[in-house]
Amino acid sequence: MSARPAEFVSHGLNADALRADARRESLGLLGLCSPGLVLVGIIIVLPIGWLFWLSLFDENGQLSGANYARFVEQASYIRTFITTFEVAFLVTGLCVLIGYPLAYMLSQLPRRAASVCLIFVVLPFWTSVLVRTYAWLVILQRKGLVNTWLIDLGLISQPLPLAHNFAGVIIGMTHIMLPFLVLPLYASMKTIDADYLCAAMNLGAPPTAAFWQVFFPLSLPGLAAGVVIVFILCLGFFVTPALMGGGKVVMWAMRMEQTTGLYSNWGAGSALGVVLLAVTLGLLGLFRWLLGARATSVWGAR
Amino acid sequence: MSTARSAPPINIRGIAKRFGSVPVLSGLDLDVASGEFLTLLGPSGSGKTTLLMILAGFVRANAGSIDIGGEEVITKPPHKRNIGMVFQNYALFPHMNVFHNIAFPLKQRRTSAAETAERVEKVLDLVQLQGLADRRVDQLSGGQRQRVALARAIVFEPRIVLMDEPLSALDKGLREHMQIELRSLHRRLGMTTVYVTHDQREAITMSDRIAVMNKGRIEQLDRPETLYARPRTRFVAGFIGESNFIPVESRDGSVWYAGKKVHTASPSPSSGRHWLVVRPERVRLAADAGLGANANMLHATVRDIVYQGDSFICYANLADGQQIALRDYCRSDVLARLPVAGQPVQLRVDAEDAILVADET
Repeated sequence: MSARPAEFVSHGLNADALRADARRESLGLLGLCSPGLVLVGIIIVLPIGWLFWLSLFDENGQLSGANYARFVEQASYIRTFITTFEVAFLVTGLCVLIGYPLAYMLSQLPRRAASVCLIFVVLPFWTSVLVRTYAWLVILQRKGLVNTWLIDLGLISQPLPLAHNFAGVIIGMTHIMLPFLVLPLYASMKTIDADYLCAAMNLGAPPTAAFWQVFFPLSLPGLAAGVVIVFILCLGFFVTPALMGGGKVVMWAMRMEQTTGLYSNWGAGSALGVVLLAVTLGLLGLFRWLLGARATSVWGAR
Repeated sequence: MSTARSAPPINIRGIAKRFGSVPVLSGLDLDVASGEFLTLLGPSGSGKTTLLMILAGFVRANAGSIDIGGEEVITKPPHKRNIGMVFQNYALFPHMNVFHNIAFPLKQRRTSAAETAERVEKVLDLVQLQGLADRRVDQLSGGQRQRVALARAIVFEPRIVLMDEPLSALDKGLREHMQIELRSLHRRLGMTTVYVTHDQREAITMSDRIAVMNKGRIEQLDRPETLYARPRTRFVAGFIGESNFIPVESRDGSVWYAGKKVHTASPSPSSGRHWLVVRPERVRLAADAGLGANANMLHATVRDIVYQGDSFICYANLADGQQIALRDYCRSDVLARLPVAGQPVQLRVDAEDAILVADET
């Protein structure tokens, strides 16, 4: 076929009818996509564009960069920025520390037991974040379950400061974020063939070496996916830090709420949104780049 | 790759394994001689892979002993057994390139970088994969992966090599090529090899000895020629090669079929029902040769002739309706006298080709 001259092929039997048919098919597909595309345009692209537009005007309606200048000038903005990243890093780290062994255990369980355990991992998803956060308050506050028990057992004399502070935010958010890490990680661990580990041990690797040199590197894509999801969700999280932080832990989303709700400064609030979006996209790009580099290079090269 | 190192024998005694309440292996004994290529052959579910997994240490037996060169290894963890293994799906590490896959066992043994590089290169030469060290595993063809898996299993000079259906994923031509290559590699390196397959042709082609497994037991352990010519059970006769099974009866020290005495080279069996096993290529159209003293003559009616290019199969019915198949090569003299469907023929089976096996059912 390839030996035929191009014009021969383009004027072949039914060539025009077939081309028209292909065109009709792609138009049909576009038609099917269009409701979704329009919806995405109206509820995502337009508002974000408007947000960006708003952020360019100061309180007097003048075009200015004042809303963005605040990020470097005002200490409270910088503190919010740092707090947000502190929380996001800590929560992501804790999720990895707790979630990795959990996902590993799930992936090694027999199918039936694993699906039962997975239900327990997913169960919290079916309750509202608000309810779960209040539940943590009940457990962690000064006269909550934990402190009462510990005092009754005589382990401590003063209640531990577990709620209405940084620690409370971390505990609550870690709990809420955990499934977002465990689920993609579990899915990727399930695809790791047990024969890889058998092969590693057969070739002389003790179980720990087999784990670190074979299982762990192969689980990295799933771990990275989970970490990205958790980290980015943390950056924009509102409910739990607002309730568990007792007003002492101000994160990005809370500042946005304050700026727009309390001070009605839509320009400044929009700027916060735009910067958060930009940072998130930047991080996503960074992760993608890092993952891409890892996938194409040889992991065990060292 | 040193060939001087003597490969140890494997002595397996009383291996038993149950999965839940299902017995997979029940008190299995097997001796693999030093440097031998022994094949475990059997249908799926016969326990051959389980036995291999127990040898490698991935599956814990319920009882038994595995003695490798005088050392009991049944409780040793897999990474201390020093056994090379080629997996059915190769199990090449997808996150490492060819070099690091093959270097993996050397890395575990803390071999120096220089020696590792040298040995990997040597073994790549041996399996004819020169220049592919930097390839990613997913850039390799099936045959190349198979060779990498093999290289990885022998690069650390294991005393024993296990192979779990290593060729089953390859297409027919490549599979036959690799069979010959594996065989000659084994001759050169001389490691004690236990090979698992369900392909009887592959087993016959490659093995020094074959252990035919069925329902967790070894039905027969013999050299391929013996196994083919003298199967001891109906299962073995049916599993290796094609066979005609003719029901016969034994009484008074001789064997009877349809009122006629059957000439057989098998020792006189106990009284009762037995099976006469006859290979299709050992059945001849009687006009082929003069009557021997020890030949069995059978009257039959041709039912169908199937042409297969190099050979043909003739399906015929004996007087009592018993079916029998005959295979011969398409030589001009044979073709000239080829019977047609419906034609009565005389079939001849020499005594040494008539094998008696016990009726197991």
